[in-house]
Amino acid sequence: MVVMRYRSLLLKFLSAIIVFGSWEIAGRVPVSFAFPTFIESMAAFWVLLVEGTMFVAYAETLRPLVVGVLISAVLGIGIGMAIGLSRKFDWFVSPIFIVMQTAPLAALIPLLVMVYGIGLTSKVFVVCIMAMPVIVLNTSGAVRNTPESMIEMGQAFLGTKWDVIVKIILPAASPIIFAGLRLGVSAGFIGAILAELKITPTGVGDIITYSRSIADYPSMYAAIFSIILLAVIFLNILERIENFLFKGTRQGYATE
Amino acid sequence: MNDIDYAVTVSNVYKNYGDVEALMDLSLDFPRGQLTSLLGPSGCGKTTLLKIIAGLLPADRGEVTVNGQPVTGPGSDRAFVFQDFALLPWASVLRNVAFGLELRGVAKSEREAIAEKYIGDVGLTGFENSYPHELSGGMRQRVGLARALSVDAQVLLMDEPFSAVDEQTRRKFQEDLLNLVKNESKTFIFVTHSIEEAVYVSDQVAILLPRPSRVSEIIKPEGFRHKDANSIRRDPEYLDIVDRIWASLRTYVE
Repeated sequence: MVVMRYRSLLLKFLSAIIVFGSWEIAGRVPVSFAFPTFIESMAAFWVLLVEGTMFVAYAETLRPLVVGVLISAVLGIGIGMAIGLSRKFDWFVSPIFIVMQTAPLAALIPLLVMVYGIGLTSKVFVVCIMAMPVIVLNTSGAVRNTPESMIEMGQAFLGTKWDVIVKIILPAASPIIFAGLRLGVSAGFIGAILAELKITPTGVGDIITYSRSIADYPSMYAAIFSIILLAVIFLNILERIENFLFKGTRQGYATE
Repeated sequence: MNDIDYAVTVSNVYKNYGDVEALMDLSLDFPRGQLTSLLGPSGCGKTTLLKIIAGLLPADRGEVTVNGQPVTGPGSDRAFVFQDFALLPWASVLRNVAFGLELRGVAKSEREAIAEKYIGDVGLTGFENSYPHELSGGMRQRVGLARALSVDAQVLLMDEPFSAVDEQTRRKFQEDLLNLVKNESKTFIFVTHSIEEAVYVSDQVAILLPRPSRVSEIIKPEGFRHKDANSIRRDPEYLDIVDRIWASLRTYVE
């Protein structure tokens, strides 16, 4: 049946309807006059799109976002692998990321602004602080958990250290690395908006701040919605990349 | 006495893991072209010894030579078959079998051709593009065996290769191993804790006792080696030897 083939897409559609439907209902119940309905927010979203405000805003927000996420991914995986492979490096470097993960961002931001000012650098830092720890810690954990016999097999068949790292450890660790990337990238998105809310209002963060200040709540929620939409699209792309690179590892779920 | 050609010699090898003495002053020689089993209960150091011969672990003291050359690490003269198969789950059967050659820098078309031959030899034709998770345990081990065969090493080291498959597959593998030993001119070193298996497949059985690990006895089953696979298990000498070994080992089982 047609339904079965498109089951996954239909389920996503259905869950979207449920969420948006609930939002609509919640907006109509007088929870707070500051909480608009789904339809009102979508109308505001449309207006922002058509007037071009959304695109201008994203041109601004995407800069720290993309730069920060790229740095976090590349550096994060690299450092994570180094931590997983060397006990000494682990001892020196892990605490930095554990602290980065747990320290309250609101306390770190004033410090950042003092040192790096209110421009792109500080915002990229905020994205990295949000995104890197989980990528690093996931990668290092995955590297350490590579099955011993697989590494021995690489050595027994005359693989060099580099061979073992690139052909065995890295692919073996990739499911967990990608899980870390998903979490990290999501956190990075939050970081980009947070940076704009807390440092100086630009881009999408500015739409949120400004709309709130003039009590235009539909626009505020429209901006928030747009960020979530972008994050979802990006995570889907990430999933496709993973599927493409590691076709063989997709074993389905444990109960299948 | 000394005109037997030994492919692998182990002389006075010691190996400690921290405080635990895994191997103490162990010496053993492995005749060329034959299958020697290392048989013993858990903890008797047989896998440790195998890994030292493979060059995966260094001995603390003593010397191991392969073809007269001392062992300093893994080498192209030895190939290893792992108990848990050690396959790459993200690679196809073809890539897994060719992996040993890939690590040696052999060109793609050449190594795939070699791999295809050995995939056929172990009976997995048609599965070249399957992935390990699509195969049964027995098939996965055959991939591991094909990989070890395709690097054309003179010494084949097998670490309890059949203990992770079901009993029926295991019996079939033991029969196949007999044919393999007959047809290939390699030296096989086979670790197992199954007495029946050891006596069935081996030209000589080295019995190792634990704590500290030493060779207690070397048995060379003579009479039934020429018999066909099905008759061996009922041969009186086979049954005698199995009983003898069990009698001497049972005191060491905790």
